[in-house]
Amino acid sequence: MPPISSDLTAMTLAEARDAIKAKKISSKELTGAFVKAIEVGRPLNAFITEAGEQAMLMADASDRRIAKGEMGALEGLPLAIKDLFCTKGVRTTAASKILGNFVPPYESTVTQNLWDAGAVMLGKTNLDEFAMGSSNETSAFGPVFNPWRASNSNANLVPGGSSGGSSAAVAADLCLAATGTDTGGSIRQPAAVTGRVGLKPTYGRCSRFGIVAFASSLDQAGPMTKTVRDAAIMLKTMASVDAKDSTSVNLPVPDYEKLLEGGIKGLKVGIPKEYRIEGVPAEINALWTKGAEWMKAQGAEIVEVSLPHTKYALPTYYIVAPAECSSNLARYDGVRFGHRASGARDITDLYEKSRGEGFGAEVQRRILIGTYVLSAGYYDAYYARAQKLRTLIKRDFDQAFEKCDVLLTPTTPGPAFAVGAKTTDPLEMYLQDVFTVTVNLAGLPGISVPAGLTETGLPLGLQLIGKAFDEATLLRAAYAVETAADFKHSPAKWWNL
Amino acid sequence: MSVDKDTVRRIAKLARLAVPETRLEPMAGELNSIFQWVEMLGEVNVEGVPAMTSVEAQKLKWREDKVTDGGRADELMINAPESTDHFFVVPKVVE
Amino acid sequence: MSAAGKSKNLKGETGEWEIVIGMEVHAQVSSQSKLFSGASTEFGAEPNNQVSFIDAGFPGMLPVINEKCVEQAVRTGLGLKAQINLRSLFDRKNYFYPDLPQGYQISQYKDPIVGEGEVFIDLKDGETIKVGIERLHLEQDAGKSLHDQHPDSSFVDLNRSGIALMEIVTKPHMRSSEEAAAFLKKLRAIVRYLGTCDGNMDEGSMRADVNVSVCKVGGYDEFRKTGSFKTLGTRCEIKNVNSMRFIAQAVEYEARRQIEVIEGGGTIQQETRLFDSRQGETRSMRSKEEAHDYRYFPDPDLLPLELDPAWVEAIKQTLPELPDEKKARFMALGLGAYDASVLVAERELADFYEEMAKGVDAKSAANWLNNEVLGRLNRDGLSITQVPVSAAANNAIIRMVADQTISGKIAKDLLDIVWTEGGDPKQVVEARGMKQVTDTGAIDAAIEAVIAANPAKVEEVKAKPKLAAWFVGQVMKQTGGKANPMAVNAALKTRLNLPDEG
Repeated sequence: MPPISSDLTAMTLAEARDAIKAKKISSKELTGAFVKAIEVGRPLNAFITEAGEQAMLMADASDRRIAKGEMGALEGLPLAIKDLFCTKGVRTTAASKILGNFVPPYESTVTQNLWDAGAVMLGKTNLDEFAMGSSNETSAFGPVFNPWRASNSNANLVPGGSSGGSSAAVAADLCLAATGTDTGGSIRQPAAVTGRVGLKPTYGRCSRFGIVAFASSLDQAGPMTKTVRDAAIMLKTMASVDAKDSTSVNLPVPDYEKLLEGGIKGLKVGIPKEYRIEGVPAEINALWTKGAEWMKAQGAEIVEVSLPHTKYALPTYYIVAPAECSSNLARYDGVRFGHRASGARDITDLYEKSRGEGFGAEVQRRILIGTYVLSAGYYDAYYARAQKLRTLIKRDFDQAFEKCDVLLTPTTPGPAFAVGAKTTDPLEMYLQDVFTVTVNLAGLPGISVPAGLTETGLPLGLQLIGKAFDEATLLRAAYAVETAADFKHSPAKWWNL
Repeated sequence: MSVDKDTVRRIAKLARLAVPETRLEPMAGELNSIFQWVEMLGEVNVEGVPAMTSVEAQKLKWREDKVTDGGRADELMINAPESTDHFFVVPKVVE
Repeated sequence: MSAAGKSKNLKGETGEWEIVIGMEVHAQVSSQSKLFSGASTEFGAEPNNQVSFIDAGFPGMLPVINEKCVEQAVRTGLGLKAQINLRSLFDRKNYFYPDLPQGYQISQYKDPIVGEGEVFIDLKDGETIKVGIERLHLEQDAGKSLHDQHPDSSFVDLNRSGIALMEIVTKPHMRSSEEAAAFLKKLRAIVRYLGTCDGNMDEGSMRADVNVSVCKVGGYDEFRKTGSFKTLGTRCEIKNVNSMRFIAQAVEYEARRQIEVIEGGGTIQQETRLFDSRQGETRSMRSKEEAHDYRYFPDPDLLPLELDPAWVEAIKQTLPELPDEKKARFMALGLGAYDASVLVAERELADFYEEMAKGVDAKSAANWLNNEVLGRLNRDGLSITQVPVSAAANNAIIRMVADQTISGKIAKDLLDIVWTEGGDPKQVVEARGMKQVTDTGAIDAAIEAVIAANPAKVEEVKAKPKLAAWFVGQVMKQTGGKANPMAVNAALKTRLNLPDEG
């Protein structure tokens, strides 16, 4: 863990929390530093909506609470929110033109939990449109640039996606931590390619209420942070049992931070052999092997396991997710909110034009895929079969977890790539999620931990996968990997010049 | 199975998406490459495998029958592209 | 009882045709709040005032099921003697329409909460017919589009959006518009007994879609034998037939239309048609018909709906006596099948009858209710819930007739008095001296007076004892109707030496 820095924005969430608690800094000082950093960081395009003024008001209110001795778990800590979470009175776009200037008259449960704990909102971060993408290039508000650049190049790289604004904001010290959502890897993959921590909790751990839906059976909110400890702190507050979400699970939320340092002696770590995929760079596999060695060195037992249906996960995902999205996005019709095309002849014309103008190319593509796989005559061949495959993929994990406590895999098949490098062939982009998507299909928790750099100095992550609702063990294992990896790198702040 | 221009037109209609005529052909190509890739699911024997209806082993939550919401006609109209007297307004629908 | 209805065949140019009818009834679940949101279900609110963000399909909104609606569906299923499915699924039915804010309706497609059941319908001739229930499922209602408020625009009100409906689907077991109407009436009675739907057709709480097909004579019997739909004709669905009266019109029109098409060499297209009550005809709804592909799939926002068998059993224990059981009990008391079925058609009527019949002869109570009470209600345009004379008061009147305190004729006068003026029947009888005279002295005096005034008649009656009735009438008149007719009869026989039988 880096020591307390003179630069307030370089602090971890835990450090900032402790500094506020010790009254070494005020929330206003801290928030002010981030508001400034966000202004300077505009070239990254990490934020769709900056909420500096509101942030200072929230910080002020927080300082007054602190003065009265009322300390929430995240008291005074400035956070960035993926612009997929509805925030009352603050424009929420899902990075789509179709939402127009939608201002929700309600707050998502996850963000409400954060504000209730005293946190401060800095603004809404950029993302792939409706969270559909792995590079943040499908945003109607333009691409986000990765704070990292290869050592031999000044080319702009993608920050991963879909939570690319959040990953960039965390890596560039534009916030202490951020929220993300993960449907096929959208927290873990961007965290990995920006050298930070991203945790996708078990499906049902965080409420989906008030989060713009992409694929309801896969979507899950989670934290994007600088350290594993910070992820534990964030999850404790983000997670809740919510009566407003039928799929939110009825289990108490443990104090993950307290359980972090238990060590991994005797922990059984599964290495799924099917995750050795052709075409994946050697340095990824080398890092994976190193990760296993780190864990072994701390007393964990490494076991080989098999997840035989792994290779079917991505195609399964690309049936299930588009199917759900095609239905979830039907509500964007230009009637009650959002973009309405002008000059429509009749209601059908109004729908077609508004949606045709409002949705970007990737979203349209997925709506069409989803509509097709659900349509008469194709349902059984595609959707029904995909849901059966999902059962098999989940069974794979169930069987693997009979032999181990967590699984260790790479997070991504490569480091951050150049903006525009993978936009011509959708399939190539989809392959970004090859290691992460299985976890969503099975509803399990997964975390990406920064573990090393490529030859050209770009960060790579390792993924740990846990048993359902056993985030405590997952975080403990991640903490062990983080400690061993001792990843202290930060991007050069090229936008700061 | 292959997707042609007419199929794209048909599903675009179902999805209420105005896809320009010139985009139909290229879209058919893109969808075809995706569906060809997805074809690999056909290799798996799924006989007797139940379709997943929920990833969780949880019971559906039930709500008490109480009126807890409503009376927010003003709020509902804030974001509406067109409204009048608390109605959403759309082009005339002919039944 | 018969298993299948009786076809009311229609004559075409090429011969006789049978009508086959199935129904889909949408019954609004009686509940305070909506199926998946906490907004009120009350009828007649200001536009969009009973709408939550969930009902309006706002981003990030999620459904949470109302336990009462599940209970009501199960209760209805039990009332239909149907299979209760302990595991059912909610699916999304996807289509675009301005009154469907989510772009899909949450419904149950493959695995409904209630499976096969049955309803017995009572026909005028006293015959009972069994109509099979295919299924019952829960779904959301849509909002309402108003098309007549503006020349170029439609207005959308979502107050109804998300209200729980039970869609009850019958098998094609009805054979005439009378049977269809009788089915709807019976179903309405059942849900009203159960308290699961108020059955108010004017407010749209119950709406029926009627599936009509025609086939050549014999086709239906073949279908019932084999279960194969091949021998039935292609059906058309007539949407939203929202009154009992229209059902008959819609069915007749549609059947004749189909026969004409077929006999003209055409074929029937399976389609949705709208009944136009002003023109009395059905019209194709091409707009709704276009490219029907609902793309059903299980709603990922909801988990499977699982029921505890003990919970279902507990609901079963609280079921009220239903119309069929009540009818059987009434018949055992001596009522005819038709009378009994009329009485049980409305729970309020049956309850009124039961209270009114306490401790008196069932049959005379039924006659009193049918002839006197219902006759007056009908005359005044009132329903049984608005009856001005309580069941207890009617019971008192019947008791006074039974114990000969008053005569049947006086009883009717008495009912008229309390009907318009109110008051306790017993007190009215006392106060107005309406008691029947059984005092032989008074009767004898009246007889003497009548004999004295009509000496010729005395001779006639001695020759023709049947004329004694004339004397009874005169004596009754003399006593202002208060004399006990039996006592008058007996006294006359003695006085005129008439034989016992006569």
